[in-house]
Amino acid sequence: MSHPLLKVENLRVSFHIKSEGDMPWTKPRELHAVGGVDFELKQGETLGIVGESGCGKSTLARALIRMVPGSGKVVWMGGDNLLDVSKSKMMNYRSEIQMVFQDPLASLNPRMTVGQIIAEPLRTHQPNLSNAQVKERVKKMMQQVSLLPNQINRYPHEFSGGQCQRIGIARALIVEPKLIICDEPVSALDVSIQAQVINLLMELQRKMGLSLIFIAHDLSVVKHISNRVMVLYLGKVMEVADRNDLYENPRHPYTQALISAVPIPDPEIERNKEIILIDGDLPSPLAPPSGCVFRTRCPKAQPICATTPPTLDPQSDQETHLVACHFA
Amino acid sequence: MLIEQDKMENLADAMVAAEVKGRSPWVDARKRFFNNKAAVAGLIVLICVGLFAFLGGYFAKFSNDEIDFMVIGQVAQLGGPSISSGHYFGTDDLGRDMFARVVQGTQISLMVGVVGAAIAVIAGTLYGATAGYVGGRIDNIMMRIVDILMAIPYMFVLILLLVIFGRSISMLFIGIGLLSWLEMSRIVRGQTLTLKNKEFIEAAQATGVSSFKIITRHIVPNLLGVVAVYATLLVPLMILTESFISFLGLGVQEPLTSWGALISEGAGTMQYGTLWQLVFPLFFFVITLFGFYFVGDGLRDALDPKDR
Repeated sequence: MSHPLLKVENLRVSFHIKSEGDMPWTKPRELHAVGGVDFELKQGETLGIVGESGCGKSTLARALIRMVPGSGKVVWMGGDNLLDVSKSKMMNYRSEIQMVFQDPLASLNPRMTVGQIIAEPLRTHQPNLSNAQVKERVKKMMQQVSLLPNQINRYPHEFSGGQCQRIGIARALIVEPKLIICDEPVSALDVSIQAQVINLLMELQRKMGLSLIFIAHDLSVVKHISNRVMVLYLGKVMEVADRNDLYENPRHPYTQALISAVPIPDPEIERNKEIILIDGDLPSPLAPPSGCVFRTRCPKAQPICATTPPTLDPQSDQETHLVACHFA
Repeated sequence: MLIEQDKMENLADAMVAAEVKGRSPWVDARKRFFNNKAAVAGLIVLICVGLFAFLGGYFAKFSNDEIDFMVIGQVAQLGGPSISSGHYFGTDDLGRDMFARVVQGTQISLMVGVVGAAIAVIAGTLYGATAGYVGGRIDNIMMRIVDILMAIPYMFVLILLLVIFGRSISMLFIGIGLLSWLEMSRIVRGQTLTLKNKEFIEAAQATGVSSFKIITRHIVPNLLGVVAVYATLLVPLMILTESFISFLGLGVQEPLTSWGALISEGAGTMQYGTLWQLVFPLFFFVITLFGFYFVGDGLRDALDPKDR
């Protein structure tokens, strides 16, 4: 059996918070941004990660490439654990995993030309390429993301948001990675441009056999691009399932509420559908609720939820549908 | 047909084929700078002062330490500015040619200003960018050192240095250079902190670009705007400091001179009717300071990131 591209086991990220006025010997408080996440990603597959703001989506993505320190296991193609390989070995993996960021303009250095920006990963990972070779590859890449190659000497501020995002995608793809982590790549763009960028990503994925980890809080976007979807809440996985399964048959109360909130472009259905409202705010990750983290806002909460944290279990009727709830 | 198909197609081909030259933020800034009249006037003044410092020596009829025995003792009557005597700016109290002395003073003062600012820019930028980028405990230690150094009254230290190690130009450079970078490093650190969390830095880190390259390739070029503005405002500050030191009589030594020393001498003799000894060095001093301030202002407007 071939190994999955990425196998994440019990990934945890915690930050130490020191508040103002603490004595030097006061123990810093721990903030668990990501609390034990497991998932698998197969080659060519897209995993969508959804959840509300502050639930640890971006931290999870950054922990995978060691931008923030995490613990647990991130196994790359059945081999090394990315979280404890040496720095120099990690360099090799960095060209295999690239990232696309949220704010298209902010993710490009305003003082560099587009050519220099796209070439940077290439120059870092293949320093012995000649200037002409680099330029040729950059131009080819620009063509693939439908930018005019003759604009190689332009600066980021001369492009629109959608074009900037395509520059970001070109930069990620130039070293021919196997996995691209997209951290809300379309939330800063308007809807028509979103479609453009997403279709471009899907097309490139098909052509180059990429795997994607796609973070977003727009459920319809995630539905469009993902094969599997993972729902996060306060750093914990609530539900993982294949796309259609999750959207048509959500089992976790949180997922049900999320999906009921997606607007449907038909006023008749929209008016009559039942929206599950969740009260309250996301609890502070500094003091997460005991037991099930969602119980403070859950319509189905029972005494057992406060004492025993539910495990992420496959459903009896469906092996690939995993839910963390006592009542699913 | 309204539009000639061939021509349009040729145009389209040409547009695709030729590499478009992008307008860098620097080009934009230069355009804005040259639209600013005050800044351009300041720049012209500075260029003229610079030319005066470098070429003025060729027009002087006397050298700066040559005493004209014809006017000695009667400076107020005979030593005034005149074309015919060759003393364009008059003579000083000892009968030395003021023109040559002002040229020399300009050279020294500009040199002190530029070298002081250059030390500030290089040391301050590297120190501040490193502290800001590395962050954490190292940042804390580095900035506390700056705080401590800033808490020492610098004029006192400068005067002590000059008294203990003797008055010389190199001592003056060292003294001013040692003090000038402190403020700079603070400003650069602050800017680096805001840059550090930008996504393009994160993107570079994610691809595995080394810290040194991130500082030199991504952080420093984005700091240059602020640094350039601050440096042009620092030059007049350095000139003022040197002038103050020279005014106190601790700066450059005879026969060398500087604006501060000349103004000091001129101010000492102004009640005897030899006003030119004060007016000429003061004039150059003032227009240079104005020039630098206007250029600095223009640069700030041109490079302001809010405009971009």
